[in-house]
Amino acid sequence: MSTILAQKPKSMTDVPMHYCPGCGHGIVHRLMGEAFDELNIAARVIGVAPVGCAVFADDYFACDMVQGAHGRGPAIATGIKRSKPNAIVFSYQGDGDLASIGMAEIVHAAVRSENITVIFINNAIYGMTGGQMAPTTLVGQIATTAPKGRDPKLQGWPINMCEMLSQITGAKYLERVAVDTPQHVMAAKKAIKKAFENQVKGVGFSMVEVISQCPTNWHANVEQALEFVRTQMMPQYPLGVFKDEGAN
Amino acid sequence: MSQKTLRKGNEALAEGAIRAGARFFAGYPITPQNEVPEYMAAYMADAGGAFVQAESEIAAINMVYGAAATGTRSMTSSSSPGISLKQEGITYLASADLPCLIVNVMRGGPGLGSIGGAQGDYFQATRGGGNGDYHIIVLAPNSVEELGNFPKLGFELAEKYRMPCMILADGILGQMMESMAFNFDPIDPNKLGKFDWAVDIEKNGRPKRKVFSYKGDNLIADVTERAKRYGLIEKTEARYEERNTADCDVLLVAYGLSSRACLEAVNHAKEQGIKVGLFRPITLWPFPSKRLLELAGKVKAIVAVEQSLGQMVQDVKLAVGDKAPVYLKAYPAGGQPEGAAILAAAQAALNGKTDGLFDLQRHAEGFSYECKRDLSLGVQGDRKGGNK
Amino acid sequence: MPRIEVDANRCKACYLCVNACPKKCLGKSETISKKGYFPAEMKHPENCIGCTMCYMMCPDIAITVIKD
Repeated sequence: MSTILAQKPKSMTDVPMHYCPGCGHGIVHRLMGEAFDELNIAARVIGVAPVGCAVFADDYFACDMVQGAHGRGPAIATGIKRSKPNAIVFSYQGDGDLASIGMAEIVHAAVRSENITVIFINNAIYGMTGGQMAPTTLVGQIATTAPKGRDPKLQGWPINMCEMLSQITGAKYLERVAVDTPQHVMAAKKAIKKAFENQVKGVGFSMVEVISQCPTNWHANVEQALEFVRTQMMPQYPLGVFKDEGAN
Repeated sequence: MSQKTLRKGNEALAEGAIRAGARFFAGYPITPQNEVPEYMAAYMADAGGAFVQAESEIAAINMVYGAAATGTRSMTSSSSPGISLKQEGITYLASADLPCLIVNVMRGGPGLGSIGGAQGDYFQATRGGGNGDYHIIVLAPNSVEELGNFPKLGFELAEKYRMPCMILADGILGQMMESMAFNFDPIDPNKLGKFDWAVDIEKNGRPKRKVFSYKGDNLIADVTERAKRYGLIEKTEARYEERNTADCDVLLVAYGLSSRACLEAVNHAKEQGIKVGLFRPITLWPFPSKRLLELAGKVKAIVAVEQSLGQMVQDVKLAVGDKAPVYLKAYPAGGQPEGAAILAAAQAALNGKTDGLFDLQRHAEGFSYECKRDLSLGVQGDRKGGNK
Repeated sequence: MPRIEVDANRCKACYLCVNACPKKCLGKSETISKKGYFPAEMKHPENCIGCTMCYMMCPDIAITVIKD
């Protein structure tokens, strides 16, 4: 008489994921799938996939998915949510998608306090296109469009999205997490589940920012990538809750 | 069907859209179409729909993308510079095969241009505007009544062929007031059936669906299938109106507001002893080439009249080839077409000359231009300092 | 007795699970998979406590944790 202690969530498909070995995307996808299963909302979920490594996310989630233009996820999600208010709508975005080209869309989705859930994967680099500088790239970090390393005089400083959005009244729940250790993964799961629970309760705009390793574009092996997360990313992007306002 | 009422063009369009079952509108303020989002802000919620003033025209068209993906009748409106911003969203809507309505109340361009009516976005509307091989259906109303009734037609065509449909109006049409009546009963979109491709929460055990723009290896098959739809539309959905074409020497071709001024020319032509007819395309894409070619065989000259440097005239030339000489009476940058001048152009066309052919070289007669750097004004200066 | 199964079709040999296992149960397989990786595998099943930390870290949902 065996019991399953842990297995692939029902909200995920059987399709093997295409992400690089050790990449954080797959962990976060799974945590979302676990949240959909545990909150029993799978049938209501409609997700928006970005342009970036996760453009193929629609293959991995078992729910209805929409894939649209780079950075426009929060606007697309707004259109879906306003038309189908009972849907649980998420926008899944990378740092180029959300903090660069999509900066206006994420800010205004927060301003309007759209009752959607945003999952923001911050790996401080552009992944899919081969390692260009992102708004979240660290000072001194090498990128293909900052070959000598990010220089504040030319390229400014990295942006902290949770901190910035916390100024917005309509942003109701903002938490930054990481997926580099089992403990952090458990905390990330709690945050992601809460961000979706908020939508069920009608709380308003909720976002979880995930500091994620990108071994390939950091030109590191998995261990070195985790080291970079701990020693370089976390000082710039401290983990924690930046806003937590419950249902009004 | 409704009684006749006196309405402003933009408001007739907004009311017509709600009556046609539009239940999502996203837009942004821009002259000369602000009455449309304002009307939607006032009445869309009462109709059971959603209105969002988006942060930009880019955000608005992407909200339409999301709403349309759910099968909701969705629309946006803007004017020329805002439509430029929407081009990315439009090509994504076309590639994801999403029906929706986009309204362009044209103003003078290029760039910020002017706030007056113009017809300078014909190329943008009919030649793509966004990247890749695609078309959108383009309807050109020429009255407040058509502005009010075209949203229903637009949604029906957009849904039948799974593509965006644009209503191409202009600032004068949007602002003018005319008596009009709706020629249909209000539609309750809750009674419309569902699409088998739309994302939704009521799944009834069906497999998951996706609405997406990236096709990858499947792109050839994807574009080829869409080409078949476009071919079918070109064959079967062209719409136009004709006046006095049974027996005319000069055929005017004009759409939208220009066609109204052309009517004046048609009506006064008898006094001048010439026979002038009007061919008014109502669908700009698909352009009613077949009928225009038939008419070209029976006339001595064709004059395209438009408020641009000459855009629709290219489709006229493509349609008629050498069947009849094609001339252009151009009113670029929102210059207002006027019956007497158009009639004079028709007369000149009969004599083999007008404002000219539809190429730009005619403007260069006796004109020279050269912008040069002038050292006596100083030098550009020190550019050391790299990128910043 | 808890144990794990690794789906060799999904495992990309990132070894996050190997490093996460508090009981050092996991290691690298000697057999190459169809995808060209040497997947993670259970080396010391007798030490497995069913904590599911391997499952938590796996980016490919390649691991199932079972209690017999």
